[in-house]
Amino acid sequence: MTRASTRIAVPIALAGAAVAVYFLTQQSRPGHPPDSAPGRTARQGWFGDYKVAGRSITIAAPRQELFARWTNPAELSRFMQNVRSVGEGPDGTWRWIVAGPLASEVTLVTRIVETRKGEFLAWRSVEGSEIEAEGKVFFRDAPAGRGTVVEAIIAYQPPAGTIGHWIAKAFRADPRMQGRHELKRLKMLVETGEIATAANRREERA
Amino acid sequence: MRALTFHGTHDVRVETVPDPEIVNPRDAIIEITSTAICGSDLHLYDGVIPGMQKGDILGHEFMGRVVETGPGSTLRKGERVVVPFTISCGGCFFCQLGQFSACDNSNPAEKQDASEAAYGHAMSGIFGYSHLTGGYPGGQAQYARVPFSDVGPILVPEGIDDEQVLFLSDILPTGWMAAENAQIRPGDAVAVWGCGPVGLFAVQSAMLMGAGQVIAIDHHPHRLDLARGLGAEVIDYTQTHVLEALMEMTGGIGPDAVIDAVGMESHGLAPDNVMDTIKQKVGIGADRGHVLRMALMAVRKGGRVSIPGVYGGMVDKFPIGALMQKGVEVRTGQTHVQRYTRDLLNRIMEGQIDTTFLISHRLPLEQAPDGYRNFRDNQNDWTKVVLKP
Ligand SMILES: NC(=O)c1ccc[n+]([C@@H]2O[C@H](COP(=O)([O-])OP(=O)(O)OC[C@H]3O[C@@H](n4cnc5c(N)ncnc54)[C@H](O)[C@@H]3O)[C@@H](O)[C@H]2O)c1
Ligand SMILES: [Zn+2]
Ligand SMILES: [Zn+2]
Repeated sequence: MTRASTRIAVPIALAGAAVAVYFLTQQSRPGHPPDSAPGRTARQGWFGDYKVAGRSITIAAPRQELFARWTNPAELSRFMQNVRSVGEGPDGTWRWIVAGPLASEVTLVTRIVETRKGEFLAWRSVEGSEIEAEGKVFFRDAPAGRGTVVEAIIAYQPPAGTIGHWIAKAFRADPRMQGRHELKRLKMLVETGEIATAANRREERA
Repeated sequence: MRALTFHGTHDVRVETVPDPEIVNPRDAIIEITSTAICGSDLHLYDGVIPGMQKGDILGHEFMGRVVETGPGSTLRKGERVVVPFTISCGGCFFCQLGQFSACDNSNPAEKQDASEAAYGHAMSGIFGYSHLTGGYPGGQAQYARVPFSDVGPILVPEGIDDEQVLFLSDILPTGWMAAENAQIRPGDAVAVWGCGPVGLFAVQSAMLMGAGQVIAIDHHPHRLDLARGLGAEVIDYTQTHVLEALMEMTGGIGPDAVIDAVGMESHGLAPDNVMDTIKQKVGIGADRGHVLRMALMAVRKGGRVSIPGVYGGMVDKFPIGALMQKGVEVRTGQTHVQRYTRDLLNRIMEGQIDTTFLISHRLPLEQAPDGYRNFRDNQNDWTKVVLKP
């Protein structure tokens, strides 16, 4: 999957969001054809009502191993520190209790809508979810034997629009920041077997 | 345990804090037998490195005995180790390249945002050195928690004094890497600014690497004497026009390599330094780049510039023209300590390198605040302070 096609893959999957809006807001400057950069790095970061965030990280491990970790709830909660709990229901949906701003909790109910083992998975929020969101995770071989490039993209409706987004950011519950931290923690866990902390005692650990 | 903690500019205190414990599998707990104050600590003490918080435990040069190990540690209780100041996982892309201070996995994820904003990327964790490098509790204390204890700590044979090996934790490898970054060829002329511990070890290392002439620059007579003792010629910048002297002392060519072992808190009344000092005091993120400017002007055409001295922010009036036009090569970085410890330990054991000549004062940990004050204000006589917890 090239970077350019990744950029296109996001809006196509957006439930209900107008694909056309994505392209318009993203690439409408006359005389400037689309470049090779992923959509989330666009200067204009809103795609309709959705905010798109994402981050790539290179991890020294094979794709299959990382894919397996990403699809195992027990593993996920090890590196996703803002996730209070995650479990798979009998109907195949996943229920996430996520730490929100100001000690609140947000429930996210999702379903995996597409997988290609060791390569790709896509998920989407379903009924009962307090947040409208969907995401994609790509696993690609990194060049020069450096392992795997994991690229995680999330498109979400920020709580209460722009203001909610800024509030969330101020309280460090911004999905972009969380995503960035989570990918780094996954990398640490896979490459070193532990997650770095400056805590001098177990009870201080965040 | 007792530990030296940061409370603000020029305010450090020895306090009782909770003992560290094993938190991650690869951790070890070290009971510290010797720990030193570094020129880098002075940047924290002077409040010119951002990201310090009240209560942070200082210190990144320490050694001691293993008292506890996690299941992933390769150390055993009772072993004697020196601990590198850089915390490195040993397995990531950067560690594999030997770029240990660029380790991807030792700076906690939630701490990396600030350094990404300041530097574009987050560097490795460092003991006792601000939250930009992880906010890890340091080693000017009775005990320290050492992450990745299977990678960093170097075993020290019994029967060798703490003082002979303590500086493997930082300044000895730092002086060595400074000289290595100067890419010295036999017979080269090398100029070193700063005759603090780092500068002096850079002088010693440059000699071992075959430099034909080493010229050390400072203003403290006793520190200049120490450099002379290592075989350097010296320049007192309060007596002499440094740039002119360097040209005249190198046959009109200029030094083949220059080493800035001073960093962001240059002394002196040069006009640029006075301006920088004011800007640094108002806290607009300006480093004092005087020595770096001089080094770039002094270096010969096509020469090499090595910067072990620490910089933290921005430098004004940077002579980029001199750098570009002369085709100069620059190498720098926080030291990749783990790359050098084994080789340097061998050189110490073989008597090639002596590290004890530096130490001017030995104090109990309880007197660390005095140590800081004097190491900063009486630099001529206080050349290196070793603390005993
Ligand atoms: N790269 C690394 O990993 C690393 C490791 C340790 C220390 N350091 C840095 O190396 C530098 C030196 O450390 P140190 O322990 O030797 O410190 P130090 O403060 O003891 O010594 C600095 C010396 O520089 C001299 N000096 C100041 N201004 C000068 C000028 N204009 N011209 C010539 N000399 C001048 C001072 O008189 C002093 O003797 C510091 O910036 C420190 O942070 C870097
Ligand atoms: Zn140091
Ligand atoms: Zn590493």
